[in-house]
Parts: sequence; structure tokens; C-alpha cells
Amino acid sequence: MSRGPLSTPVAGLGRFGLYLALLAPHLLRPWRQPGAVLRQLHFIGARSVTVIAVAGGFVGMVVALQFHDTLVRFGAVGMLGAAVGLSLIRELAPVLTALIVIGRVGSAMCAEMGIMRSDNQVDALECMAIDPYGYLLAPRFTATLIAVPLLTALFNVVGIGGGWFVGVVMFDISGGAYFGAMADSVLGRDVAMDLVKSIVFALVIVWICTGKGFLMHLAARPAFGAEGVSRTTTEAVVAASISVLFADYIISALML
Amino acid sequence: MGNFRTELGVGLFMLAGLACLFYLAVRLGDFEPFGSARYPLEARFVSSSGLKPGAFVEVGGVRVGRVTGIELDPGTYESRVHLELDPEVRLQEDAIASIRTEGIIGDKFIKITPGGSDEILAPGDVMFETESSISLEELISKYIFESDN
Repeated sequence: MSRGPLSTPVAGLGRFGLYLALLAPHLLRPWRQPGAVLRQLHFIGARSVTVIAVAGGFVGMVVALQFHDTLVRFGAVGMLGAAVGLSLIRELAPVLTALIVIGRVGSAMCAEMGIMRSDNQVDALECMAIDPYGYLLAPRFTATLIAVPLLTALFNVVGIGGGWFVGVVMFDISGGAYFGAMADSVLGRDVAMDLVKSIVFALVIVWICTGKGFLMHLAARPAFGAEGVSRTTTEAVVAASISVLFADYIISALML
Repeated sequence: MGNFRTELGVGLFMLAGLACLFYLAVRLGDFEPFGSARYPLEARFVSSSGLKPGAFVEVGGVRVGRVTGIELDPGTYESRVHLELDPEVRLQEDAIASIRTEGIIGDKFIKITPGGSDEILAPGDVMFETESSISLEELISKYIFESDN
């Protein structure tokens, strides 16, 4: 088949689909490499806690500040807890956590895979009859799928705490009103949406970021060496961010 | 030693994440992992306009339960509202369930006024003594158009 302006992106999509299909059987056996999963969990999860907590705290504070300024005009300051809780749990926490993880972890994973591909380390693994899908990629997928929902939950709770600080400590709303309004308006449905989003985002992040690096040599503009890794990493971060926002709209439209 | 520190870090991270998830699901999301100890009741209203599943049920201003579902009875065109009440709350067979609004534009909730009968409602029973939602628009139109009479 000739490479046309239309067939090239379609083939790229197909390549990523095949990549996920080849990986899927390994994902069903995550206990095969507990050590590697643990190391990835440490890198993706444990070492992201600080940045997620700081970001979550400030986002919760600024959301509370903005909503307080608006709600005070309608005499509805009592709804502050509901506004902060719903906006964090449904939307802000999953999306911002995903974007932070893309920046902190996704870029690193893409560059690592890209350099391994560029240095022929992947070919070396295959020569030793080690399946790179199971050895390199499956632990990263498993760890991301575990870590991102937990980081999102952490973002939520720290954000709610940040909102509490602004609402209750700074603006003197009663703490009972803040948490009461939140508990009344947040339903199980909202928490379920939060979980679904974070799991889908985790898959999107690790799929695009590792895939871009791992399949770097097959891209429409094949990438090699330092320049290729840098270009591929940039593309991966952009594509993952856009895909997360796109998936966010789809999930919101389906679950609201 | 390095490996132990990794394990410890991951363990702490996962504990913190799971604690946050648990807080969100149980405290905010009303998710009850161990099953609810509450008992079901049903109340029939001519109209339950504005009432939503999850709305709370009050007796004497204290929250004692919530609405679990609302459906139409196709035979009588009445609204069948399913409630869930704390086990220690025992209601008489002539207790009155009314749909009220929290403030002027707040959410609807169900207020139960205890009755005087000796018969206590058993789980699954139906409350027939009900007052439907009060529609502000209907009240205003009544006041405007019927004040001449």
C-alpha cells in the first residue's frame, strides 16, 4: 500500500491498537514480575505524592476562593462545600492528576523507552528470548493503573482540605456546613465517575507515552538518536494531554 | 536496604491512597460496603415533583433515612417513593409523609410526622397518609386568580 496523507495516520492508529493487543495478555498476569511492578509503583506513585498533594491543596484553595466570591453574592455560602466537593471529585482531580502524571512520569517513560529503542536494547532483549512486552512494558502498565486512581483520591482529599482551610479557617463558614453540604450533594455516582475517569486516564497515559517511545522507529517520520527521542517525547506529552481531555469529555457526557 | 525503602515508600503511598479512596466512597459517596442496616418503606404520593433519589427523610428535624427510588404506579398514576429508615425509628401506621423544600429554592426532602396509632409499620409496608410537593407556582396562581371570589 502506498503511504498517502490519509492512510498514514490510520496506520499509526492501527499500530497503537496492535501494541495494546500484544500487551493485553501480559496485563492479565501482573504478578509475574512483582519486583519490577514495585519499582515502577515507587517511581510513578510514591514519588508523585508531594507534587500531587501540593497541587491538590492549592487547587482546592483556589476553587473555594472563587466559589466563595460568587456564592457570597447570592447569600449561598453554605453551598461552598458542595461546590468544592463536586468540582474536585467529578472533574478537577482526575484531569489535573492525569496532566501532572503525564508531565512527571509519562515524559520520563517515553524518553526511557525511546532511548532503549534507539540504543537497540529492545533488540538485545529479543535476542535473549526475553519478551519486551512482558519484561519492559507490562510492569509499567500495571503500576500506572494502580497508582493513578490512588493519586487522584489523594488529590481529592487534599483539595477538600484546602477548600476547608479557605472556607472554614479564612472565611469563617461553619465546618459542619462545609462538610454537611458536601456529603449531601456528593453521591456514589460522582465517586464512581472519579474512579472511572482516573482508570481510563491511567490507561491513556501509559499507552500513549510508552507506545510512542517503544514504537519510535516505526513512526511515519522514524525517529533515531537524541533528536528523535526529544521530538518523540514532546509528541507523546502533547498527544497524551489532548487524549486525556478528549476522554474526559466523553466520560462526562456518558456518565452525567 | 534500598529495596526495603522502596517497599516502604510504595506501602505508605498505597495506604494513603486507599485511605483517601475509602473516605471519598464511604463518607461522601454513601457507599455501604457492609450492607445497610436500614429497613425499607414505601410512600405513595399524588405528585413527588422535584424529589430525587438520595433525598433525606426527617422525623422531628432529624435525618433518619433517605429516598432510594421513585417510580410511577401505572394503575393509579401515583408516585411510589421507596424509603430507607434507620432501624430504631418506628413509625405508626398513620404517620404522615410530606414532601417539603429546604428553604425557598433548596432541595426537596421528606418530612414524616408521627401518628397516634398503636400499629407500627413493618419493613416493606406502604404509607398512605401523604402530602404531595407544594408547588410555589400553583400557590401563586391560586392567590392571583382566586382572590376575586
